[in-house]
Amino acid sequence: MISQPGINMLHYWRALWGIIGRELWRFVTQRERFISALVRPLVWLFVFAAGFRATLGLAITPPYETYILYEVYITPGLIGMIQLFNGMQSSLSMVYDREMGSMRILMVCPLPRWFLLLSKLLAGTFVSILQVYVFLGIAWFYDIHAPWQGYLWVLPTLMLSGIMLGALGLLLSSFIKQLENFAGVMNFVIFPMFFMSTALYPLWKMKESSILLSKLAQYNPFSQAVELIRFALYGQFNQQAFIYTLLAFMVFMTAAIIGYNPSKGMMSKKGGA
Amino acid sequence: MKPSIALSIENLSFSYNGKKALDHIGFQIRSGECTLLLGPNGAGKSTLFSLITRLYDSRDGHIELCGFDIKQQTRKALAKLGVVFQQTTLDMDLTVMQNLHYHTALHGLGRKQAMQRIQQELERLNMFDRRFEKIRQLNGGHRRRVEIARALLHKPALLLLDEPTVGLDVPSRLSIVEYVHRLAVEEKLAVLWASHLIDEVYPDDHLIVLDKGRIKANGTVDDVLKITQTSMVKDAFYVLTQGEQA
Repeated sequence: MISQPGINMLHYWRALWGIIGRELWRFVTQRERFISALVRPLVWLFVFAAGFRATLGLAITPPYETYILYEVYITPGLIGMIQLFNGMQSSLSMVYDREMGSMRILMVCPLPRWFLLLSKLLAGTFVSILQVYVFLGIAWFYDIHAPWQGYLWVLPTLMLSGIMLGALGLLLSSFIKQLENFAGVMNFVIFPMFFMSTALYPLWKMKESSILLSKLAQYNPFSQAVELIRFALYGQFNQQAFIYTLLAFMVFMTAAIIGYNPSKGMMSKKGGA
Repeated sequence: MKPSIALSIENLSFSYNGKKALDHIGFQIRSGECTLLLGPNGAGKSTLFSLITRLYDSRDGHIELCGFDIKQQTRKALAKLGVVFQQTTLDMDLTVMQNLHYHTALHGLGRKQAMQRIQQELERLNMFDRRFEKIRQLNGGHRRRVEIARALLHKPALLLLDEPTVGLDVPSRLSIVEYVHRLAVEEKLAVLWASHLIDEVYPDDHLIVLDKGRIKANGTVDDVLKITQTSMVKDAFYVLTQGEQA
């Protein structure tokens, strides 16, 4: 019998980097995934934002100190979009892994399930951060500049927003029985979450047309994540958005862990794990 | 030295939506012993494997791996377990080496120890020269070999194989059957092999015949032939499962 390193910190550390390394490597080798992850927000930036620039007037609201172009306004929203899609894609890959069986390899290793799921989330978040910085790099050449400190400040907020959206994806993946059902996630989760948020238009603008919509957008965790990113990009800390995003992460994560628990969750009702 | 008990199952039951998939089953598997779990489709083999690997949980019954209760001491129990699932669980776009490193990381092996173990296991299966190839480039038999090597990297006491030879050509199938039987003897490994292929049974094997969630026979090949008054495993299986196809 091999000397079981068992339940020590080193074991956790190695497993965490094993999971992150696998995810990053898979992402890098899947070139189409990398390109499509970038094309989506770039199309929004170059086409949608350019078209809307003329129709949407923006007042000066924090964290901005001057009038800004619409492209500048939606950049944090598009960063959120990258992370939202990535979070959902991770959950898609988990449903796929479960159908294909490789999730089983993860689940039968001698570490607590919450740790394995959290590691999987962190791995997905790392991938999304990689995408975000490449996107910000391209946006910089398109004259969308944030203060240089903003590029550093945004990193911890990207960790939190990424892990929150990943936890939501994880939660959904514990409920989705088959890969085919994933199309429903697009219609019922990604689109409503994205459009009913402050990613594309500010709250006050939404209030002008519908109070209800603006309320929904305000309590949408995705809006809070976008605002957290928006403020951080300009070197400011939005405490309310931080607390809201953190709480949303905790709720989604707890529910996902329960969902993946063999005795309590959906696993006991499904034909595979 | 007396062989130790690697797997002990007592009074285990499991239901899907009220339908019993396993009904009060119990058996033990010892180190150095190769146990073939035979049963027709829907007999409960996969459910049993899911319970042993803790992918499912059952309120009824008791599972112990090397003396560790799977519910109370899950991690210690799982550390003793190596599994080859029915479906391939390798990353197709990663190399053999990357797949195996991922597994050693999950089991907490350090880089040096991991390298050493990977080399040992791949060499035993004549796969070391192909370690930098992507899984996608390997044929079905070679993929299975990689999966067996992977299941053994952390030196488990119990190896579970869920119909590992399904879809393989005859030479690949025979070589895997022969290799696993040899492992049980040489490494004193306890093996539980779910199969529906009668010709994978060796004369010294232990047999468990499962049908409709119940154990119909449990003993050596000779024992099973004796109680069914048959001379071939195929006939014994036919008698025990009342003519159902394996």
